[in-house]
Amino acid sequence: MTATVPAKLPLNKKTKKQLARGENGAAKRTKKRLTSRGATIAALVIAVLWTTPTFGLFVSSLRPPEEILRNGWWTIFQNPGFTLNNYTEVLAAGNSQLNLAGAFINSIAITLPATIFPLVIASLAAYAFAWIKFPGRNWMFIGVFALQIVPLQMALVPLLSLFSRGLSIGDIEIFSSLNASNSYSQVWIAHTIFALPLAIFLLHNFVSEIPSELIEAARVDGAGHGQVFFRIVLPLTMPAIASFAIFQFLWVWNDLLVALVFADGRVAPMTKLLAEITGSRGQDWNLLTAGAFISILVPLIVFFALQRYFVRGLLAGSTKG
Amino acid sequence: MSAFLAWIATLPALAQIPLVLLAFFVVIALLIFFIEIAPRSGRKYTIIRAAACVLIPTFIFLTLGSVYWAAGAAAVFGGLFFILDYRSKQGAGYLFQLVGFMSPAIFLLAIGLIYPTIQTTIQAFMNSRGTRFVGLENFIWIFTQDTGIRTVLNTVVWVLIVPTVSTIFGLAYAVFIDKSRGEKIFKVLVFMPMAISFVGASIIWRFVYAVRPAGQEQIGLLNQIVVWMGGQPVDWISNSPWNTFFLIVVLIWIQTGFAMVILSAAIKGVPAEQLEAAELDGTNAWQRFINVTVPGIRSSLVVVLTTISIASLKVFDIVRTMTAGANETSVIANEMYSQWQGFEVGRSAAFAVVLFIMVLPIVVYNARQIAKQREIR
Repeated sequence: MTATVPAKLPLNKKTKKQLARGENGAAKRTKKRLTSRGATIAALVIAVLWTTPTFGLFVSSLRPPEEILRNGWWTIFQNPGFTLNNYTEVLAAGNSQLNLAGAFINSIAITLPATIFPLVIASLAAYAFAWIKFPGRNWMFIGVFALQIVPLQMALVPLLSLFSRGLSIGDIEIFSSLNASNSYSQVWIAHTIFALPLAIFLLHNFVSEIPSELIEAARVDGAGHGQVFFRIVLPLTMPAIASFAIFQFLWVWNDLLVALVFADGRVAPMTKLLAEITGSRGQDWNLLTAGAFISILVPLIVFFALQRYFVRGLLAGSTKG
Repeated sequence: MSAFLAWIATLPALAQIPLVLLAFFVVIALLIFFIEIAPRSGRKYTIIRAAACVLIPTFIFLTLGSVYWAAGAAAVFGGLFFILDYRSKQGAGYLFQLVGFMSPAIFLLAIGLIYPTIQTTIQAFMNSRGTRFVGLENFIWIFTQDTGIRTVLNTVVWVLIVPTVSTIFGLAYAVFIDKSRGEKIFKVLVFMPMAISFVGASIIWRFVYAVRPAGQEQIGLLNQIVVWMGGQPVDWISNSPWNTFFLIVVLIWIQTGFAMVILSAAIKGVPAEQLEAAELDGTNAWQRFINVTVPGIRSSLVVVLTTISIASLKVFDIVRTMTAGANETSVIANEMYSQWQGFEVGRSAAFAVVLFIMVLPIVVYNARQIAKQREIR
């Protein structure tokens, strides 16, 4: 073991910063010319344009209903007023079977299992695609990838009838219905299925990059595929799994279409109820702004807390695709 | 299984989560256990394997609530599978492991994507109740009446505008903020809409577009700006054909962040030496950008464009929440849902098939890219 001692060079602050950024002076100069003052201003304008709508929503959700309807949120300083009533009111709003507070719980109950199921099942399949040789492996993998782009819309209705009526060929029943309307199970299964192609594809990219020496060594030591998967592959791909988990979480939480078809009545998630409220009470801006802000709160927390993984997963998925 | 699911549905919502996860993990743990002991030799393991081959399929079919003879058939197939596996060239237990890893995913994909796709395609050629074959009638219906044509055209407009505009904005923004001070914060601000649901985004933008009669104080930001400029307030999302463009803005708002993050990472990957060499040759910033940076990030550009294209082809939530397809803003996905709600299953399926055909070129292109990559490996 030889430790490399870093040479002590006389550095001024600026050079230190440049070294920290991992670039030499010339490269910096070249790049710097690209970011002129005009560009910075343009970037600022875009940033403001992109944030203002969300900001306006947030400000409005805290204003009293009369004020929201009387004047714009940008006049908050001329017409001050602050209340949390919108939030308490919208949590109690909804339809005959469900209010928004219940829908919030539903969203959680739908999202957590629907995030974990596809990840586990996909990592099993990804392992097989990467480390078990079998004829037709490449073609099957490409087939799974291609399934990713079958529009959800193609699958929704037949899947629903499969859930509610079972499958029969002619008059012969192969298996009976799931009998699961008004429960979460349909939504869980639907989300799991729709997430699988992308999940298998992404996780495969990571699983196949594990050094083969590592896996062979374990095999020589007598571990079967089960142990290799559980003790080596799973821990090593945890970062990838985490980043996809965030994705899937946001996707399920934000989904409307699957919820409209599979989650009816009292198991509906927040997106569905909010869309309904928008349709029936579209001018009650105090309710809509507060409701929308509640629904985007959880994704925003997840997003800001785990941003690093999120971006990493995004990059892995797309630069390799 | 349906009994278990029915029982679990009676519990309070939050109690269901740990229970269903526990059940799921027990099943997966069993599966991994069987996979692990499968290749071991010795009479004991062979018997366990044989029992598993016959009993597991039987058990699955029984829990799915199927009739007894189907379960019996499953048992017979399980037995056949055991013999096949026993005589496998790679040694006994090889097929067993393979199937153990793959079967959950393949089974779900088969019932959830492959079977429904075939089913929908068949239904597109049937009447509204799916009882009679009607040939191309549903498709003719879509392409001969005004709303149908409008719907398809709107989708084409979405898919032409959203990818181009969000990629241009994303790219420009990525270049502008590259290496600037506060780059991270700049990124987060534009990327944030990605985390917001389409429903939430639609409400946010409906509020921006809100309209009051002229003379009253405006509460929607866009109309207020128009009024400040001395104009008359406009009902942005009701006036065809421009209302579609105002819906499109919402998706652009969401997707620009995605384009920006990917392209920003790609730009950082362009070698500084190339840029420097171009600079020494006397090029200006714009020429360097077009001739060095853009070719350098070409593959990322393609990824961004195809991904956003698919997203805009499938767009549903935004239209549903903002207008529900009224005032000629409908798109294919929305129309497909409306027809299904109106019990016009055939027409609904026909819309889905049209959508599928529109996505198909992108699928083929991407799949070929992947095939190439796998050959290189």
